Amino acid sequence: MAKMKRMLPTPTPETQHFWDGARDGELLLQRCDDCSDAYFPPRPFCPKCGSRKVSVFKASGKGFLLSYVINTRPQPISETPYAIAVVELEEGPRMMTNIVECEQTPEALPLDMKLEVTFEQQNDDITLPLFKPAGA
Amino acid sequence: MKQNSVAVVGAAETTDMGKVPGMSQIMLHADAALNALEDAGLKPSDIDGIATAGEWPTSIAHYLGITPTWVDGTLVGGCSFMMHVRHAAAAINEGLCETVLITHGESGRSRIGSSPYPMDTVSLAGQFEIPYGVMGPPSMFTIPVLRYLKEYDLTVEDLAMVSVIQREWAAKNPRSSFKDPLTVDDVLGSSMIAWPFTKLMCCLVTDGGGAIILTSAERAKDFPQKPVYVLGTGESVETPMISQMEDFCSSRAFKVSGAKAFEEAGISHDDVDHLMIYDAFAHLPLYGLEDLGFCKPGEAAAFIRERNTAPGGKLPMNTNGGGLSYMHSGMYGMYALQESIRQMRGTAAAQIEGAKISVSHGVGGMFGASGTVIFTNEA
Repeated sequence: MAKMKRMLPTPTPETQHFWDGARDGELLLQRCDDCSDAYFPPRPFCPKCGSRKVSVFKASGKGFLLSYVINTRPQPISETPYAIAVVELEEGPRMMTNIVECEQTPEALPLDMKLEVTFEQQNDDITLPLFKPAGA
Repeated sequence: MKQNSVAVVGAAETTDMGKVPGMSQIMLHADAALNALEDAGLKPSDIDGIATAGEWPTSIAHYLGITPTWVDGTLVGGCSFMMHVRHAAAAINEGLCETVLITHGESGRSRIGSSPYPMDTVSLAGQFEIPYGVMGPPSMFTIPVLRYLKEYDLTVEDLAMVSVIQREWAAKNPRSSFKDPLTVDDVLGSSMIAWPFTKLMCCLVTDGGGAIILTSAERAKDFPQKPVYVLGTGESVETPMISQMEDFCSSRAFKVSGAKAFEEAGISHDDVDHLMIYDAFAHLPLYGLEDLGFCKPGEAAAFIRERNTAPGGKLPMNTNGGGLSYMHSGMYGMYALQESIRQMRGTAAAQIEGAKISVSHGVGGMFGASGTVIFTNEA
């Protein structure tokens, strides 16, 4: 995927750990210590039960392709059509991403295909978690 | 809310729609408001409650010369106006105000005096969606759909058929932006926007506005127009992030809002004569028919293909031509409400003879929010 100007995230106190983790090559999720549900996006309490007793843990980085579109309109991140996808992680949470190391066509992107995380550095502070076909 | 306790006594759209480069956003609100006031035989000074989205209620009240005792600026996207109707009904019943004006105006195409798009990189969506290259609704609202198609063994032809049938309704409406007949091949052959969505599966981008005036059912009898009663209402929100909706094949906000409205109205689906489901994109009527309970999960595409919602069908839907062919300024909910009101007054371009109950169902901020209003013309 050609690297063009992406809008990059501005971390907040509640999300800083996630972006620090991504910079270090780790995909971090959170889990409620009371109800044990894993969740995303980051916040310092459980969105299911409201408990503030939560822990950060490193996710496996494995998941599957839940759904996507292939955007063909004016492009902030690529000169050619690119998939904007949602991956469902092994631990349960879902996240938006791009699929790399793979043709951006419906044929090359069957739903349910296995994916694994990879990291793309954007600048000194921000590294984005992206996903690629498992074993690619 | 109490069934039939509040009624629509004024309703109108802007004088012109489509391309209106001679009006800024706030004047589109005002043009629609002045038309609705004339429809109701009222002056701005008769209004004591104001609700709007897209502009501050303060701006609309000041521009029109209104001194309100009740104000609602709920802004959750295109279904905000369904919520305004619900909130206004509660306010009127509670005695907070007597006569409410709800306005919408949007220079969606000409972008004259429009609210700017925020460049947000801080919110959760800004941090965890925007960096992946989403470009507004066409590449966000559409993301769940491949999963829906796979889950129910449907095809892009099923999406295209929604646009084809709505064009049939649009052909009956002189104010529609597009009236020429379409085929499934036309829809699939139009330019690709975001696979699997082609241009003709996406709504128009136009200029326009609309306004509604509500008062108690008791007072409504003294107004010039046939009252259209509010029979039941619902509302809910789910998430501002499309990636975080609970179920990619169903909208929780649709289900909660729709069920609440039917419960309040005390009706069953068989009682519904006319239906509006906000169609920003071709998949929304599919999700809407299922989440409102008109069809079982996965059966809405066949229901549409078998012409149940088409002219002559048993459940006429989106009879103005919808956001896909009539008009779509950005927050289309107001136009769905206007068509429901016209159908209940008996003044629609494609009038459903004898229709007594109309359901108007809206969506907002992708699948983020939903509002439902059920109208009747029988007191």
